[in-house]
Amino acid sequence: MSEYAGVRGTVWFHAFTGRSSPMHGDPKSVLTGDASLGNEHARFLCVVPDPHGRFPCARHGEVGLEEAVTLATRVREVIEHDKNTIKRPIIAIVDVKSQAYGRREETAAIFLAAAAAADAYGSARLAGHPVIALVVGHALSGAFLTHGYQANRILAFDDDGVMIHAMHKEAAARVTRRSVDELEKLAKEIAPMSYDIRDYAKLGLLHKLLHVENPVKPSQQEIRNVQNELVAAIADARSGPVDLRNRLESTAARETRKASLLVRSKLEAQWLEK
Amino acid sequence: MSNEGYNARFINRQSFIELGARERAKALFDAGTSRELLGPFDRVESPWLAMQGVTPQEDDGCVVMKGKIAGQAAVVVALEGAFQGGSIGEVSGAKMTAALDLACADNEKGIRTSAVILLETGGVRLQEANLGLAVIAELMASILALRKHAPVICLTAGTVGCFGGMSLAAGLASYVVMTREARLGMNGPEVIEQENGVEEFDSSDRALIWAIHGGEQRYATGLADALVDDDTPQVANAIRHFTSKGIPAVHRSSQVALYRNRIAKLDTSQQWDPKEFRALWTTNGSNEENR
Repeated sequence: MSEYAGVRGTVWFHAFTGRSSPMHGDPKSVLTGDASLGNEHARFLCVVPDPHGRFPCARHGEVGLEEAVTLATRVREVIEHDKNTIKRPIIAIVDVKSQAYGRREETAAIFLAAAAAADAYGSARLAGHPVIALVVGHALSGAFLTHGYQANRILAFDDDGVMIHAMHKEAAARVTRRSVDELEKLAKEIAPMSYDIRDYAKLGLLHKLLHVENPVKPSQQEIRNVQNELVAAIADARSGPVDLRNRLESTAARETRKASLLVRSKLEAQWLEK
Repeated sequence: MSNEGYNARFINRQSFIELGARERAKALFDAGTSRELLGPFDRVESPWLAMQGVTPQEDDGCVVMKGKIAGQAAVVVALEGAFQGGSIGEVSGAKMTAALDLACADNEKGIRTSAVILLETGGVRLQEANLGLAVIAELMASILALRKHAPVICLTAGTVGCFGGMSLAAGLASYVVMTREARLGMNGPEVIEQENGVEEFDSSDRALIWAIHGGEQRYATGLADALVDDDTPQVANAIRHFTSKGIPAVHRSSQVALYRNRIAKLDTSQQWDPKEFRALWTTNGSNEENR
């Protein structure tokens, strides 16, 4: 398990946009940029660490109040701009440690700020923007719900530095009253508990796993390959419905999420009765 | 009001908090109109809990009911806080999402159907970890789709409260109804203390917890639309009010400029006194006032 370093997001944001600074007026922890992708322009967004950020509990790559409302603003800007024209793709580059755990954050309703970002991404998807999440590093818990999980399609790198999970290992072990060793053993048998991205892929939520030899230092060819995968995912998103049903219709989901599918079919049948 | 009158009112209260999820859901409908869908006799349980030696429950701690509220079609989904802390697993999450999607489809067919979600939950069920997180994302997507057509009302009565990823679901709701006994927040005090130390949040300081997460504070700062007593008729009345009201002009989670400005103005060099914070965030942001 690799530790979160907060480098990957910056590297990939720069690889796609040629930029590494925030937009005017934004906190340093949110990078937004427009750049060409395939035959069109796309908006790229990324949360990065800012050791001098205003909020002490959101200086290491966490998604806090400012990060969430800035993402919401920059996504909504695109929805508004493209209202009467072709909907440009929105790419969330995901490398987020967690949500910010702080008293200030709770007092000022981080739940609402996070919801505002998810609202923006989800509304963009419903409006017809292809929203793609590219998980290049960590995608944890509330941070992923805020930034990325409302995407039409989710792509992820397949190396050990990538982690999608509900809670980091030590905390999850504490809450479920297990040792980290026990948790790791269980995670090997039970796919949704695993911290391995290759097990996550078995849940059917991913569009595709991508391989990059060294995600901290990608070659030009690898960057082009990932761009091509983004273009393909955008085309796929545009060809399908704007909801998230693809996550349940995938081959892997039909196997792993039988219970979800059973709930949906039974509930639909009973909904129509009487 | 005389003390005697107050006491009589208190004694005659029909507690909502003391009800289980099934009774809570039922209490919100017009009498005799509700029926439960995918109830315990259908036995759709979590496939993941038994594998870990945890006893599943035949409704997975989630009750779905369909019926009428104030004469109009509605679906109520209630989480049972007494089962695994109301945590969201694959099945309970799928039940919520499917119910909201069916309501959305009915609206698209011209049958106006609103939704009420009763959230008593700590968030993701860690035994189902990544599927729990995934179903919360799916539930959020379904709330966003449904609330274009009809209100989605979040009711958090207590005593579990609404935390973790599910607080984002509450954040997306058209209206939020709380009691003084309810709490709403993303991270509970214990988690904050573990992650950032007791100086950041002393989880044994009950007064501080209520002052930040409690229903009274959330209502006073415009983050909840109604504060009700722990009284079943009063709760049901508030729900009828909001289902009849229709969707807000702008949902709270879409008022980005308002909240971005408020956050930008905060002095982050110190912790804030929750009482003083009320003066900064008045109820102007509430959907009630924005109408």
